[in-house]
Amino acid sequence: MKEELLKRWVKGPDGVEFEVEPLRDYYCEAPPTVMPAAYSKIVESLFNWARSESLWILGFGTGCGAIEMRPLMTPRFDAYRYGVQWRPTPRQANLFIISGYLSVKTLKRAIRSYEQMQNPKYVIGLGSCTINGGMYWDSYNTIKRLDDYLPVDLYIAGCMPRPEALLAGFEDLKKIIRAGKGEGANQYAANFDWYKANQKKVIHDWDMPDYNW
Amino acid sequence: MQFDWMKIPYALLTLFIVVNFGMLLGAFMQKIGARVGRRYGIPIHQNYLDLIKNYGLRSSITHGTMFYLGPVFRLSGGVGLLLFVPTIHGSEMFSNLSFAGDLILALYFVFFGTLGMALGAAESGHPYSAIGITRGLSQMTAAELPFALAVFSVALQYQTLSVTDIVAAQQGGVLTWTLFTNPLAVTAAMLSFLGSMMRPPFDVVLAPQEIPIGPPTEYHSSYLALMQTNRAIFPIAKIVIYMNLFFGGADNWPVFFLKVFLIYMVSVFVGVVFPRFRVEQSIRWFLVWAVPLGVLSVVVV
Repeated sequence: MKEELLKRWVKGPDGVEFEVEPLRDYYCEAPPTVMPAAYSKIVESLFNWARSESLWILGFGTGCGAIEMRPLMTPRFDAYRYGVQWRPTPRQANLFIISGYLSVKTLKRAIRSYEQMQNPKYVIGLGSCTINGGMYWDSYNTIKRLDDYLPVDLYIAGCMPRPEALLAGFEDLKKIIRAGKGEGANQYAANFDWYKANQKKVIHDWDMPDYNW
Repeated sequence: MQFDWMKIPYALLTLFIVVNFGMLLGAFMQKIGARVGRRYGIPIHQNYLDLIKNYGLRSSITHGTMFYLGPVFRLSGGVGLLLFVPTIHGSEMFSNLSFAGDLILALYFVFFGTLGMALGAAESGHPYSAIGITRGLSQMTAAELPFALAVFSVALQYQTLSVTDIVAAQQGGVLTWTLFTNPLAVTAAMLSFLGSMMRPPFDVVLAPQEIPIGPPTEYHSSYLALMQTNRAIFPIAKIVIYMNLFFGGADNWPVFFLKVFLIYMVSVFVGVVFPRFRVEQSIRWFLVWAVPLGVLSVVVV
């Protein structure tokens, strides 16, 4: 545990001493819960349709695959016409694209970003590295199967997949969401202990609470 | 004074029309911006989808009371602005809740949402929110100055503080519009208008590239949906004031839609042509170019 994360007493500028416990003050420790769908099937279908047509991607590139996401904003591919947008903050995003290899150091940040996103949320694994490690299969510092650490809805295979493949992937993801099968967030909450055990197995300097929204 | 209760459903009807018009117009303007960049642009109904999706999110978290109230204040700023100015001149149905001194109230409501947002976003504790608020408030203050001066000038010109009376005084041909009777005030106000529409060159407050999304960084699901609703209402409400004060108001809905579209287009046109200002540049720009015009318009009147 880093020193600045330890519980300690701090003297304020006005001379009053107060206790600081960074892990409790900055994070929420309550584990995620399974969130039920809307009561009525019609309403849930409407929501699912809206969710599928309004994919907000978290602007977080984890590996070299991020370079394939940028052309989607340009006139040539223009993903905006399919209802795909980029959001710079995890609070507003609902689609997390793990773009390529994921080093253990980045995995920690990816988990924190994923947990800050709101339910329902989706994960796309981009490139072969997220499926079986790809060309980094024997690397000491990257994860091999993304599905062990975050619930993945869809893989886009290739090294690297072209932007067209990403567009086709978005269309497939839309079908999954419309069918009501994009329940990754609930799956994560239901199998929380399993995911945490897997994550802690690879992240050795775990200096955050188990769940940090 | 007898209050006519029928005004409330009429005002709600106005609100309904304006919300839908604002959503479609916002998407249309984004499409125009995209076409300038040689993109196809978002579907025209995209804003509705985003809104439904955000209301439909299952979880949301809070940072405290003001965090809740921020979007509420913002929305009430937009709705209040709209409800207290007459939308359609001469129509009993769409005169809303306007009264004798409504111009002052409208000026207040323009700023109200920003202040509420500042309090709410400050409680989220995110450093990017704080940066966004600092930029937003300083730019808004500089941009409001020429607008306030122009409003005083117009109020002096027509010797009234009632928006309805100001519109009534402009009836009788294009040349009776404030645009032609008091061009200095209109120019100052239009320069200020550019600053308050959150479009380039004055969109450094949201600055999606440098500070992620600015004040609403921590806002999500229903909070964000409330703010999106306000994004549809507020520009229209603001343009309604401009239309009433400077461009002769509107007698019916088609004229209303056309005038609002054209006034909105001014900011979009400037936005796609000019790159973004930094905050200190934009403040200096307002103080150098817009404020003297406003002062001059008050002096001339």
